[in-house]
Amino acid sequence: MTSFMPPADRFWWKVPVGRQEIVWILIALTWCLIMFFMMPYWHIYGKQNLSNEAYQTTPAKFGAKVQEGIDQNKVGEEAGLPIIHPPAGSDVYMLARLWQWWPILELEKNKTYRLHLSSMDWQHGFSVQPININMQVVPGYEMVLTVTPDQAGEYGVVCNEYCGIGHHTMVGKIYVKE
Amino acid sequence: MAQFRTCPDTGLYFHKSAESLIKANAVAAAVALLVAGILALLVVLTRWQAVHLLPADQFYMALTAHGIDALIFWIIFFEMAVLYVASSTLLRCRLATPAWGWVQFLLMLIGAVMTNVAIFQGSSSVMMTSYVPMQAAPHFYLGLILFAVGALIGCFIFFGTLVVAKQEKTYDGSIPLVTFGAVTAAIIAVFTIASGAIILIPTFLWSIGYIAHIDAEMYRVVWWGLGHSSQQINVAAHVAIWYLIAGLVFGARPMSEKVSRTAYLLYILFLQLACAHHILVDPGISSEWKVFNTSYAMYLAVLASLIHGLTVPGSIEVAQRGKGFNNGLFEWLRKAPWENPVFSSMFISLVVFGFLGGITGVVMGTEQINLIIHNTIYVPAHFHATVAVGTTMAFMGVTYFLIPVLFRRQMILPGLAKIQPYLFGGGMTIMVLFMLGAGTLGVSRRHWDMDFTGAALGFDYPGMAYTLMGIGAFGGVIGVLGGGAFLLITVGSLVFGKKLEPSAGLLQSFGLPLAASCYSNQRPETLPRAAPLPVEGHGSSSFEAPGTFVLAMVLLVSFIVYYFINWKYLASVWPLS
Amino acid sequence: MTETSKSPDENQEEHIPAMQSLLDNPFLLLFLGVAMPAVFYIVWGIMEIVTIPVAP
Repeated sequence: MTSFMPPADRFWWKVPVGRQEIVWILIALTWCLIMFFMMPYWHIYGKQNLSNEAYQTTPAKFGAKVQEGIDQNKVGEEAGLPIIHPPAGSDVYMLARLWQWWPILELEKNKTYRLHLSSMDWQHGFSVQPININMQVVPGYEMVLTVTPDQAGEYGVVCNEYCGIGHHTMVGKIYVKE
Repeated sequence: MAQFRTCPDTGLYFHKSAESLIKANAVAAAVALLVAGILALLVVLTRWQAVHLLPADQFYMALTAHGIDALIFWIIFFEMAVLYVASSTLLRCRLATPAWGWVQFLLMLIGAVMTNVAIFQGSSSVMMTSYVPMQAAPHFYLGLILFAVGALIGCFIFFGTLVVAKQEKTYDGSIPLVTFGAVTAAIIAVFTIASGAIILIPTFLWSIGYIAHIDAEMYRVVWWGLGHSSQQINVAAHVAIWYLIAGLVFGARPMSEKVSRTAYLLYILFLQLACAHHILVDPGISSEWKVFNTSYAMYLAVLASLIHGLTVPGSIEVAQRGKGFNNGLFEWLRKAPWENPVFSSMFISLVVFGFLGGITGVVMGTEQINLIIHNTIYVPAHFHATVAVGTTMAFMGVTYFLIPVLFRRQMILPGLAKIQPYLFGGGMTIMVLFMLGAGTLGVSRRHWDMDFTGAALGFDYPGMAYTLMGIGAFGGVIGVLGGGAFLLITVGSLVFGKKLEPSAGLLQSFGLPLAASCYSNQRPETLPRAAPLPVEGHGSSSFEAPGTFVLAMVLLVSFIVYYFINWKYLASVWPLS
Repeated sequence: MTETSKSPDENQEEHIPAMQSLLDNPFLLLFLGVAMPAVFYIVWGIMEIVTIPVAP
């Protein structure tokens, strides 16, 4: 009965540690270091990383860029939302607001885009489904993702940060064309 | 003059003022758990798409209240009781400044009520995180601030009691390991509350119009210093309770004081860096910051948990083997008192925390893997494994122990108490497992409708996502029943349980001290050091707990496999840079 | 709970190993436990946010 009594030995620090604990600590420490080095490793050799490129912005400033993108690249409309088809390799702007992802994107497979995301009002969550890529979208900050969609199809952009009563209606679209 | 009573069954000493405070905080915690549990049922039945019980506004209100009542009020009220037990009771010391103890209790009580009122008035459905610029009513923040101030006072009473105990030499040598675990919890609590003050006070001022703007990203970083650290208090506290219960039920002694305390030191230094797990897919924060902090400085705090994961069951195995349960690898475990809810709660807490909570936490806290998990229902699945099973069941286990010892009541419904831990633990484990699956399929957390009714553009989750959510919700309902059984047994015992002393009336169950005759002015004997071990036990070169070692290796192998499965899954998504 | 004889090593308090005296000192631990996350998580984190460049 010692977990709730003072240690038996006054100099408990000097009591030798059993072999079992030492072996386990060494195994566990090795595993911890492997997990640690996996993150830098993936930055070098993996393909899914964030550049963390971001800018401070304002809703007005970012909204203007989104509008510019729509004016230049609009190819159609769906359910009242513009669809844009930006050139490969270009900067693509998409905004989040209550309760929309604006505009709809049409991208080409295996082409790389610089996708800029920001919020006009509250925080939102950029969740591309079913591929399951998730980002936090924060007002006042413009995040840049360099993304290369490598599977064609129709993707939903679900908002997965709670943003009020209409949260569940906040769904956007990304089309990836062959 | 400080008055003490001795528990005739356990020999524990209770300082009169501390005893009342422990009871008051524990009862307040149980009330918070009751509210949280009722709300849990509503939340679960709404996310079960086939039932879809509440309308959207009520769902978000219930979810906000559920999060705050369960993750903050239930846990921290109980932790105040734990701090008083670990300082005053275990050290046989009078509580420093009992009057401030009542200030602690009242502030936390007023704060908890105020925040709940704000939520149920309907204008503060902002979730536990209350991310700006979404705004709650001013008294939502004010309640949280008062609650935090109360908790901070509790921490300083705890530290003050340690000082008194040392000065008055109420114990011999170093503080017990359980108290050391409570020190760790209190240290983490101080950082938690400081972060909370830094962010919630300006947010409160913003809500009443004194401050024009709160930066949303700044809020996120500092708020998580509160939000995640508060859950690290739990880890430190429930590990201390694992050690306590191992000692109480088995007479187990820590395998090595040095190893266990060093593991706690790693918690003190590194565990709180884990707040960064919430910021992994946020704009503009560098990968250096993310990698350093989310790895808790190279996973040294994970190492600490892995150490406790070996030494807690290991100490039980050594104690059981000492009693002659020596056959094979696992006789010690088979012959454990599985019908004793003190033990079974603690053991389920240990296993589920390690296998489900710990592994999923490290996986989703990995910088890149977080991309495929952030804000999906995988996240609440993880923290239900750590907090709703890990912490809550450890606290339930110690509550079963405290009912006769502290409240002087015999437990009612002993048959139900035998199965309650399995009901709660089993139900919650089912819920966690299936929510993990649904999260992997991309189902969002904090989301009223996975059908997206009314959305201009639709999206269809795979049918499997609905199945997983349905089965998970079924597990959640069983968990709520298990939680209800716990409250029925414990609160029922306080009211209807047989009195173990003639003076243990109803009010004595809820905070009033027992009759004066139970207490004496005599100072308790100095708490002696534990009896020394026979020499051969020290620093054994053989494996003292081989069964535990095998279990630990099973955990590690599951961990490694699951970790790399997630990297493989990550490698299949769109390339990003 | 067993009775132990009065410890003969009371006069050897100064021989307590450094790590043990650290672990026996809750206030030193409190300082370390608050300073570590305050520096590495909060201060460094806020610096990261403050240094995010303004959009062109």
